[in-house]
Amino acid sequence: MSADPVDYQTLVFPYARSSDQQASKPVSHPVVIAGAGPVGLSAAIDLAQAGHPVLLLDDDDRLSTGSRAICFAKRTLEIADRLGVGQRFVDKGVTWNTGKVFLRDDLLYSFDLLPERGHRRPAFINLQQYYVEGYLLDRARELPNLEIRWKNRVVDVKSQSDGALIDIVTPDGTYQLHCDWLIAADGGRSAIRRALGFESKGQTFRDRFLIADVRMVADFPAERWFWFDPPFHPKQSVLLHQQPDDIWRIDFQLGWDADPEVEKQPDRVIPRVQALLGKDAKFEVEWVSVYTFGCQRMEKFRHGRVLFVGDSAHGVSPFGARGANSGVQDADNLAWKLSLVLAGKARENLLDSFDVERVQAAEENILNSTRSTDFITPKTAVSRAFRDATLELARKWPFARRLVNSGRLSLPTMYAHSPLNTPDTASFAGTMGPGAPAADAPIRINTAPDWFLTQCGNEFVLVTFLDVGSLSLLTPAALASLASARVPVRLLNVVPPGTRPHAALIEDADGYLAQRFDARPGTTYLLRPDQHVAARWRAFDVDAVLAALDRALGQAERTP
Amino acid sequence: MTTPLNTHLNFPAPDDFYEALIALHRDLTPAQSELVNAKLILLLANHIGDPTVLAAAMAAARARIDVTAQSPDQN
Ligand SMILES: Cc1cc2nc3c(=O)[nH]c(=O)nc-3n(C[C@H](O)[C@H](O)[C@H](O)COP(=O)(O)OP(=O)(O)OC[C@H]3O[C@@H](n4cnc5c(N)ncnc54)[C@H](O)[C@@H]3O)c2cc1C
Repeated sequence: MSADPVDYQTLVFPYARSSDQQASKPVSHPVVIAGAGPVGLSAAIDLAQAGHPVLLLDDDDRLSTGSRAICFAKRTLEIADRLGVGQRFVDKGVTWNTGKVFLRDDLLYSFDLLPERGHRRPAFINLQQYYVEGYLLDRARELPNLEIRWKNRVVDVKSQSDGALIDIVTPDGTYQLHCDWLIAADGGRSAIRRALGFESKGQTFRDRFLIADVRMVADFPAERWFWFDPPFHPKQSVLLHQQPDDIWRIDFQLGWDADPEVEKQPDRVIPRVQALLGKDAKFEVEWVSVYTFGCQRMEKFRHGRVLFVGDSAHGVSPFGARGANSGVQDADNLAWKLSLVLAGKARENLLDSFDVERVQAAEENILNSTRSTDFITPKTAVSRAFRDATLELARKWPFARRLVNSGRLSLPTMYAHSPLNTPDTASFAGTMGPGAPAADAPIRINTAPDWFLTQCGNEFVLVTFLDVGSLSLLTPAALASLASARVPVRLLNVVPPGTRPHAALIEDADGYLAQRFDARPGTTYLLRPDQHVAARWRAFDVDAVLAALDRALGQAERTP
Repeated sequence: MTTPLNTHLNFPAPDDFYEALIALHRDLTPAQSELVNAKLILLLANHIGDPTVLAAAMAAARARIDVTAQSPDQN
């Protein structure tokens, strides 16, 4: 891994005055996104790729200060692939699948987050947040219909039935904009949330963590190492992660009584790092910060024409890497729905499903994050006793290892109870039920190796599994009905391994696809534009597909 | 009322069990005893496994304990 030629940490984006600032009455935009963090950028790219004009406002003129988020999960990489930046993330990032948990000096156990073969993307990469934002920004700038205004701070919002009125402060003073839709991606301290009188409620954990990024050449493997009560930092926990450019992330648990200002000082940080690395280790401290973490969320993420995504809507502790990862999934969930509403192809109520699905995801993330934090920071004497007992038992017994919780790492949410799902009418094995994110698998198109997920997304996709020798399940009449559907549906015909290549067919290169989707000849899946399963059947039936499509568009009953 | 938890006598030699339980803690400090108890609960709970049995046992263990009678150790 060579140092990136662009130093994303020092980039400054010039403020430019917009003609909107001179207008006599507020200029109106179809979509305004507040906040160019990882989540706002993802939403902006997604909508702009779909052809919508997008205005992105950010109060700052730089990328993330310090590394902040570093662990980006497989699902986020798959979304990044759809946004055109996945390969850059992976090329630059440190790939890892293995985690190790230590108690004092001893390795308790290690885990493999991606034990299966045949996936394009690894379980995780580590990549500094400023690279993630920088690469997203590079992509955003390729899209002519995506305008970014730096040093544009949203200070007030008035919600209206047809959109929102936004007050913006710039270096040249204040101006007002109107938008039909406002996406609030303005982070944990969201000014939009405050302006509209909403709160993000939850709990703060009584503990402090020193987060240090250290530059050094070291030969630790690219794995997640978590220590409970290590000799170099007794009674507390430590987490070590490798990042690109010879940067290492070290999280030291400090306890509630630590003084955050004092702990940030080099004379306190350096000895802690030396205790881990050895007295003679050569390193430079790149960035340090002391954090207290909490879990909170807004009650609802959709408020009329204002949609909350990412940290503005919810927050979690970083154990489990669920902050940015879930925020990018919010954007992934919202963008296709808003896109169809903007295009007049779906009714506004489709956006209620964004709220339902992503509130469910936030609940899941908060539950997991709270459980991890309760294990890492036991709140009472008895919870500490159970924690210590679990760790001691884990030395010897696998059952106890499964109770040890150093962070349950981010997985995509399965929208099992989504109103957009069409319930199964046949039985299937495995995990690809309605609401699940489609699994990846190696495929071949015309003998060229590729990946299944590169063929899915952005539109509805109908995947049919064919028998050897068959070219399609669809009669010309069925094709015609599908073509007349409210929204485009792309067809993917999958054939078993070893079938004679044909441009219109996708060969299930190693048979993983049929295995993961529990498919037999005739099995048909309808995938949403965010690659989640909307419906599946054992046999193709065009009326069932059209009904499922309507349901996935938020219209439970088919309207002729 | 039926409960999934077996609350009928199930020890072949109850007095032997009770004596062993007390002996388990001999010479231990309160902190060590707390650790041993916690391990014991975890080992037995895993052996039982069935969440309905465990939930019934937890509820039975906590029944009729007056939460207001003492100051919470939370904080
Ligand atoms: C130490 C640490 C480690 C972490 N590790 C991980 C990890 O490994 N994996 C993970 O997934 N997550 C991690 N997180 C969480 C992650 O950083 C956040 O969840 C993520 O940054 C949220 O993205 P966002 O776009 O919603 O908000 P932000 O990144 O906060 O971006 C908000 C943007 O909005 C702008 N803005 C703010 N107010 C206004 C306004 N009024 N008007 C206009 N613009 C505004 C800001 O300048 C900023 O650019 C970590 C966090 C911390 C602190």
